[in-house]
Amino acid sequence: MSGEYVSTTNACKLCTPIGACLAFRGIEGAVPFLHGSQGCATYMRRYIISHFGEPIDIASSSLGEKHAVFGGGPNLKQGIINVIKKYRPSLIGIATTCLTETIGDDVPMIMDEFKREFLHEGLGPILVHASTPSYQGTHMEGFRLATRVAVETVAGSRPREVAKKGLNVFPGFLSPQDIRYLKELSRDFELPMTILPDISQTLDAPILREYPKIPRGGTSIESIQGMASNCASVEFGFTVTDELSSAHFLEERFKVKAFRMGTPIGIRESDRFFAILEAISGRPTPPWHKDERDRLIDSMVDGHKYMFGKKVVVYGEEDLVTGITSFLAEIGARPVLCATGGKSGGLKEAIKKVTDGILDTMPHVVEDCDFWEIEGLSKELCPDLIMGHSKGYKIARALDVPLVRIGFPIHDRLGGQRILHIGYRGAQMLFDRVVNAIIGKRQRDSVVGYGYF
Amino acid sequence: MNVNILEERTGQVYEKGQGPFSLKCNLDSLPGAVSQRACVFCGSRVVLYPITDALHLVHGPIGCAVYTWDIRGALSSNRELHRLSFSTDLRERDVIFGGEEKLEASLLELIERYMPSAAFVYSTCIVGIIGDDIQAVCKRVSQKTGVKCIPVQSEGFKGNKRAGYEAACNALIELVGSGPIDGISPFSINILGDFNLAGEIWIIKDYYRRMGIEVVSTITGDGKVKEIQRAHGARLNVVQCSGATLSLAKMMEERYGIPYIRVSYFGVDDMADALYRVADHFKDKRIMENTRSLIKEELDSLYPALKEFRKDLKGKRAAIYVGGAFKAFSLIKAFRLLGMKVVLVGSQTGTREDYEELEAVTDPGTVIVDDSNPLELSEFLKEKDVDIFVGGVKERPIAYKLGIGFCDHNHERKEALEGFIGMYNFAKEVHATVMSPVWRFVPRKEMRS
Repeated sequence: MSGEYVSTTNACKLCTPIGACLAFRGIEGAVPFLHGSQGCATYMRRYIISHFGEPIDIASSSLGEKHAVFGGGPNLKQGIINVIKKYRPSLIGIATTCLTETIGDDVPMIMDEFKREFLHEGLGPILVHASTPSYQGTHMEGFRLATRVAVETVAGSRPREVAKKGLNVFPGFLSPQDIRYLKELSRDFELPMTILPDISQTLDAPILREYPKIPRGGTSIESIQGMASNCASVEFGFTVTDELSSAHFLEERFKVKAFRMGTPIGIRESDRFFAILEAISGRPTPPWHKDERDRLIDSMVDGHKYMFGKKVVVYGEEDLVTGITSFLAEIGARPVLCATGGKSGGLKEAIKKVTDGILDTMPHVVEDCDFWEIEGLSKELCPDLIMGHSKGYKIARALDVPLVRIGFPIHDRLGGQRILHIGYRGAQMLFDRVVNAIIGKRQRDSVVGYGYF
Repeated sequence: MNVNILEERTGQVYEKGQGPFSLKCNLDSLPGAVSQRACVFCGSRVVLYPITDALHLVHGPIGCAVYTWDIRGALSSNRELHRLSFSTDLRERDVIFGGEEKLEASLLELIERYMPSAAFVYSTCIVGIIGDDIQAVCKRVSQKTGVKCIPVQSEGFKGNKRAGYEAACNALIELVGSGPIDGISPFSINILGDFNLAGEIWIIKDYYRRMGIEVVSTITGDGKVKEIQRAHGARLNVVQCSGATLSLAKMMEERYGIPYIRVSYFGVDDMADALYRVADHFKDKRIMENTRSLIKEELDSLYPALKEFRKDLKGKRAAIYVGGAFKAFSLIKAFRLLGMKVVLVGSQTGTREDYEELEAVTDPGTVIVDDSNPLELSEFLKEKDVDIFVGGVKERPIAYKLGIGFCDHNHERKEALEGFIGMYNFAKEVHATVMSPVWRFVPRKEMRS
């Protein structure tokens, strides 16, 4: 089906730089900075705010017409100076846009000049640069790349010290609640983790008396510096390529053992993650986490008949789609369509991997597609349930099928930042929501109005 | 005032009473200052977006289209093509070899799929750099399909939002004048600069109907291509907003001799004033009588309701930060009507005249600011001990993070704020946020008590 249309109608992806900004937001003391025209930063801020309900300041070099002709270097430098003056950041994450990539601004060179002209040795913020023209890849490539360049720049220049016990975790783009869960596991396994990026506080901050220039939290620079000395890395996401993989970089450069796995959504991938945690920490899974797993399975038994054979359409970022598909297969549902606007080339294989031996037929997997295609396919496939972010609401409404909202963006409900997707607890929450969506629909559609289900 | 402002921006902030009035504005945003402004594309998209039966194709990489997909509450009385997001979704290959071919194929594909009444093709930053001739493509496709395709020169970096308004008006004027105008009443107007957010234009249209005035076209709220094509048959252009459609009115005056007046439909005074001025223009006794009785009727039911809100809101302090300054004038009056005090007012793209007028209508001590940013705004809010902030989506979390009430006066709003009923809705929303018990738990208030 893919490739049938020339134009894109209602895209199922975002642009590359927004992903970079989101990732930079997860570094302590960092300010994301877009090198381009003012509109990019403003549009992205608006989009991010509508999901997280948090301020997100993204600086811009605010290029005008003359800069497009003569180069954006002076504006970039002036912008960095102003950000330093106003925000006192420890790191500025500079992402390019289609404008500055196409006029050919040499950002690494401009940054070097800037450092020579304005920053004395060791003073001033760390400057990190991600090349993110929006005509290449999606927000997920931007997110992964920003993470990777932060590792390369901050950790890559340091010699590896004596191997520490700590674990690097590259979760990809999960919710703040997911990151908080990872931190809880770190405490419970008594295993120091460096989670990069960490948006658990920066994009879900408490109410405050003083407005912080930069929100509290995020991965500290010091801990990123120590990543090369940690004993292993875990990276979620089957579709992450070697070039974008931070775990791969640390393994190649510093021999930090890399565990690259799927996003731990559902039982099997969570088991795999817990096994890694057990191996690295040398501790068994704490009993209360085992209990969570057992309660999950208990509830799956309670609810299995509601889910059996239910057809589900899943869309969104490739690694999230893979994780959700894996979970759906486990609970007896039948994912019929796995769709993404991404184009890593790896989704089909990832879906095969997580459904093999548990589903009779592979779901229809479509990469590089938009909601026009997803709607067309959904009409043919007649799903019982749709899972993805808010932008599938129109389809759910048209088909009169419940939509279980996950991932980003969730623009039509509160609390997207507090959805837990991963681990046994995340699977439990997903399971309850999914089953209740199915039951709710049956109850609404029934003429009897059953009081027991 | 104890607020930390970047040196280059000090001329763009003024506190009334502190020295003679002067405020710099209409400047390029300062790099690194985190302006709340958008770009040329945004300006064009804002103006043309509500035309519901046209195809809006964004020519560029995916970002610009995806961030403007169904983001506004601009309602339609029939087709809803404007709520879809179309993009040529340019990839690296297109950037290297040019995007014209893809644009043409996309246009043809979408026109065949939707049979729109017209198509707008928006240039984005990159199109201005790679030099696609979208004019030529539009011409070719218009000839091939018979559907008028209009290029919108909205490359993001070629100025600010205002330049985008101009580009949109230049596109609109291509439609005006091509439809039949027979049978149009001598008492007829076009409504310009209203976007039918939450159905507002229907409220205003109903007022004009009750006055005995024919509305020929609405530009662009609930906009229909056929109606816009007849717009030159109207006898008066009634223009709202900070100039988003002002240049269209000027072009229509020049080309078709249609005079225009500027109005605002927000707040009681401005709403009534708008209707009276339109009635005045036509110098018709019956229309004037209708207008008087309409306004009396509306106010008779509105005032008692407002009084209730006023009891609670009296003396509360408000801050305003909006895109165009015209909204600010009406908001200041509306807050006064509710017994409230405006202590901060600012806009992204106000002009000299706008700020002079703001200075004239505000109380001493009020801060007036141009092209502000989150850090400044948060400091102003605290410094002025504000109870409610009015603004758009990007301002909301600044208020909420500090535990301050907020009123959404943005383009995605679901509550109609125009007209007399709009004043009631506004008061209700202000009341709901200011009087909420949640503030007693926020740290800001704990500190105070």
